[in-house]
Amino acid sequence: MKTYDAIVIGAGHNGLTAACYLAKAGLEVIVLERNPYIGGATVSRELYPGWTYSNCSYVCSLLRPEIMRDLELSRHGLQVVPYDGGATMMRNGDHLARYSDPDMHRREIARHSKRDAEAHERFATEMLRQCRFIKPLLMRTPPDPASFRPRDVMELLHLGKQFWDLGEAQMYDTLRFWTMSIGEFLDEYFESDVVKAHIAGGGIIGTALGPYSPGTAYVLLHHYMGEVDGTIGAWGFARGGMGSIAKAMAASLQAAGGAIRTEAEVAQVLVENGRAVGVALADGDEVRARTVVSNLDVKRTFLKVMDPKDLPADFLEQVRRFKIRGSSGKLNIALDGLPSFPSLPAETSVLRGDMHCTDSMERLERAYDDWKQGTWSRDPYVDMLIPTLIDPTMAPPGKHMMTVFVQYAPPKLANAEWNDQTRQAFGQTVIDQIAEYSPDFKDLILHAEIRTPWDLENEVGLTEGNIFQGELTFDQLLFNRPVPGYAQYRAPVRGMYMCGSSTHPGGGVMGAPGANAAREMLRDLDPKQMARS
Amino acid sequence: MAGHYDIIVIGAGHNGLTCAAYLARAGRRVLVLEAAGQIGGAAVTSELAPGFRVSTCAHILHMLHPRVVRELGLKGAGLDYAARDLPTVALDAEGRHLTFTGDGIAAQDTEALSEADRAAWPDFRARLLRFAAALRPMLAEVPPRLGTKHGGDTLALGKLGWRLRRLGAEDLREFLRIAGINVADLLEENFESELLMGAMAFDAVLGTRLGPRSPGSLLSLLYRLTGRTAGGPARLALPKGGMGAVTTALARTAKAAGTEIRTDCPVARILVAGDRAAGVQLESGEEIKAGLVISNADPQRTFLELLGPRHLDTDFLRRVRNIRMRGTVAKLNLALDGLPRFTGLEGAALGGRLVIAPDLGYLERAFDHAKYGEAPQAPALEITIPSLHDPGLAPEGQHVLSANVIYAPYDLKAGWDAAREGFAEQAIAAIAQYAPDLRQYIVAGQLLTPLDLEREFRLTGGHWHHGELALDQLLMLRPVPGAAQYATPLPGLYLCGAGAHPGGGVMGAAGMNAARQVLAKEAA
Repeated sequence: MKTYDAIVIGAGHNGLTAACYLAKAGLEVIVLERNPYIGGATVSRELYPGWTYSNCSYVCSLLRPEIMRDLELSRHGLQVVPYDGGATMMRNGDHLARYSDPDMHRREIARHSKRDAEAHERFATEMLRQCRFIKPLLMRTPPDPASFRPRDVMELLHLGKQFWDLGEAQMYDTLRFWTMSIGEFLDEYFESDVVKAHIAGGGIIGTALGPYSPGTAYVLLHHYMGEVDGTIGAWGFARGGMGSIAKAMAASLQAAGGAIRTEAEVAQVLVENGRAVGVALADGDEVRARTVVSNLDVKRTFLKVMDPKDLPADFLEQVRRFKIRGSSGKLNIALDGLPSFPSLPAETSVLRGDMHCTDSMERLERAYDDWKQGTWSRDPYVDMLIPTLIDPTMAPPGKHMMTVFVQYAPPKLANAEWNDQTRQAFGQTVIDQIAEYSPDFKDLILHAEIRTPWDLENEVGLTEGNIFQGELTFDQLLFNRPVPGYAQYRAPVRGMYMCGSSTHPGGGVMGAPGANAAREMLRDLDPKQMARS
Repeated sequence: MAGHYDIIVIGAGHNGLTCAAYLARAGRRVLVLEAAGQIGGAAVTSELAPGFRVSTCAHILHMLHPRVVRELGLKGAGLDYAARDLPTVALDAEGRHLTFTGDGIAAQDTEALSEADRAAWPDFRARLLRFAAALRPMLAEVPPRLGTKHGGDTLALGKLGWRLRRLGAEDLREFLRIAGINVADLLEENFESELLMGAMAFDAVLGTRLGPRSPGSLLSLLYRLTGRTAGGPARLALPKGGMGAVTTALARTAKAAGTEIRTDCPVARILVAGDRAAGVQLESGEEIKAGLVISNADPQRTFLELLGPRHLDTDFLRRVRNIRMRGTVAKLNLALDGLPRFTGLEGAALGGRLVIAPDLGYLERAFDHAKYGEAPQAPALEITIPSLHDPGLAPEGQHVLSANVIYAPYDLKAGWDAAREGFAEQAIAAIAQYAPDLRQYIVAGQLLTPLDLEREFRLTGGHWHHGELALDQLLMLRPVPGAAQYATPLPGLYLCGAGAHPGGGVMGAAGMNAARQVLAKEAA
């Protein structure tokens, strides 16, 4: 039987990224995927004849340019087209639109508040500054502050120096930014409620926190710091849907000699003499390898596919208390035509971007309160896009596809179960809200795939439906992610690693956890190789 | 009057008096100017009704800094404790209360508190106290500035790092993990008893604008636990004679060292000459010159009203305006002509600190109302009946009840003048759930809302701490960068109140640190 150099459990985008880097370094790699399709939450599925849905993740921005380059993803077919536009529709029939032309955008904000139009420049500058500070940290392994190993001490000093080099004023601003809520941060710049609400959504996407919860300014950064074609903060559509990212990664992997096996669910990681030596599949097959790396979230990895007797008790305890906590739902809708949004300007450039219906901070915070009470938001926050306006290949001619990401939906309902009825009711809440702003919307719906946290868990393997494989709160970031002392991609078993979004720097379709994990694995396998790179 | 005083202190709150006392003992000529008719700021005792005295605002001493007590000889100046180590009783509607003391938690039965929780408590508390002990030295230190080449700042940062390192790897990792966590998550990791968690979370959120699920609420609890009063860590003490006894003792010490204190002297503005503080002008028009002015008032009042925007740059002003200081605590004071019966509590047990916070959800829901400027119908409270320890506060057989009520948002949409009575009724109704005969004993009462605290005690936003103790408003960020080491952008003007590090509670550390900073930076 063949012994591979590395088995990757799960063909999510991080698993594929890790596999690619390992294969390019000359390792024999195999990726084992439970589903008949690859990509995890980075998929395109034809769930309704003729329509392609990016039925989980839906836009691209955070995919690290280094990874795009190193894995030659463009050459392997990945095309990300930036979109502009976007708007928040207001209950009073007005709107706040986003324009990529800075002057137009300024005028649009000034329509709501002249003071805010001035402040927006300062705000954008500050956000860029924060982006610049954090970006170098994404592709670095976090130091262990409790360790005296030279590597950790040097990395701590390095981070300290990066911080120190900001200069006194910037250091204070950064400390404040990292500890504030997005609501309070925005209150310092803007007076217009809709201007704030439009921006604040990015601070709560995928997160079980409200806009006034401390730490959400950081979450906004997480959504701001990507880039498309070198433009920081830009978002784009992957042509052919998000699955084309997985496809390109798979092609890159195959070009480097790696293999992928689908419908190969891993049941157990095999551990012999304290070392990971391979995996046992659900169908009884065994695959052996020198190392095993898991793209599954940390709970699924250590509580489902590993035997507790192979792991330290206090480590398991910490994994159990790692907060995963889904807070999001999704609707993927096939439309018979383009819905009209009378409150938006006639030209469709605005429709090509992300659209929202929450025009006040209070509504956003109240949506979170509902989550706390164990129900889906009665007045949800939606992040709506119509990718077919930029990528017509995703639907038949003249027809459209709409993706709607929803905050908030709890992983468990307080007074019911997630089932077909409650799923429908949840979907109806969202459709009703959109219909308030689009009179022909309901009539155009051909098919709606409604996804609750329960569905995300069952189909995609994201525990509790958390899209980041774990909350992005202070206690679960950097050297705390996923567990203090185990934040460097290594599991407590030799030869066993983690590469999913449960590790630094967290989720979003970034690829950084996968790349970082691969680097650590290569370092362990061949120190000389690391010195060369 | 020129040259008569070296230093003017604006405000005779406990920090202003502390600061004055230290400076006077170092030989400076200090004048303290207080706007109200009596000294003490929000650390005062007042007569609620003839024969009934109560700590008007602050009512439990748990953070008074031992160095202030020792170095200023407060015992000798008349400070005494009526109680040194109050237990906390988490009230239960059926009388199945939990009593927290330094030794552990006492409960009626295992239904009230599981064996697992009782066993988990000592280690949990001990760990939090270890963390608090590592942070405690920072209370008496000037926060270091970041990015300076100044050796003292680098040393201070190094000391903090060193203290944390000395916790050991396991504690250090846990500290770094929980430094920004919300208290609800940490409690749920360790316990199952709703009442236990509610009571602990209450301590984390009291005085803040946070709920138990808000990130940063655990640090607020740690802050509370750094107190070391009446001989031990995290003790709850009652000063004999009410909170006014503390400020009376401070004033006595300050005066004995030569400080002059004038009441009924509201300051209108700080005088500036040659780009330096030059003294103050009173509302009466009188000008008093001095080379140094130290303000015990909150930072917004100090910079925006007393100094005025003219003397400060736009960026600094913006930061000051952005300081969040909207209070969330109301004070309920009741004069009782007897002792109400609390279901399931006998005799001496009534002398503890009684907390009404039955579970985390109760607190979170109250917070969720307050967030939007609404008053919760089910407020949470901490209650003492200090006359049980200090009979002098009320006539024989009669009592005063002193309670903090949350959440009472300063920015109440309905307006506090209209809503005060209704909210007082809600608070009394909440207590009456546990003491059904309460109402028949009430002979007088008052509810001080954050608006009242602002009006009567000149606390902007009615905020105890002169500014929220949020993660982004602490240490070298408090009150704002550029004024976080007690000095301000105007040479000769200093801050010494709770708006500066380390914040509030009746502590005196801010005043002590400010005095030390003045003595270090300004020649006599």
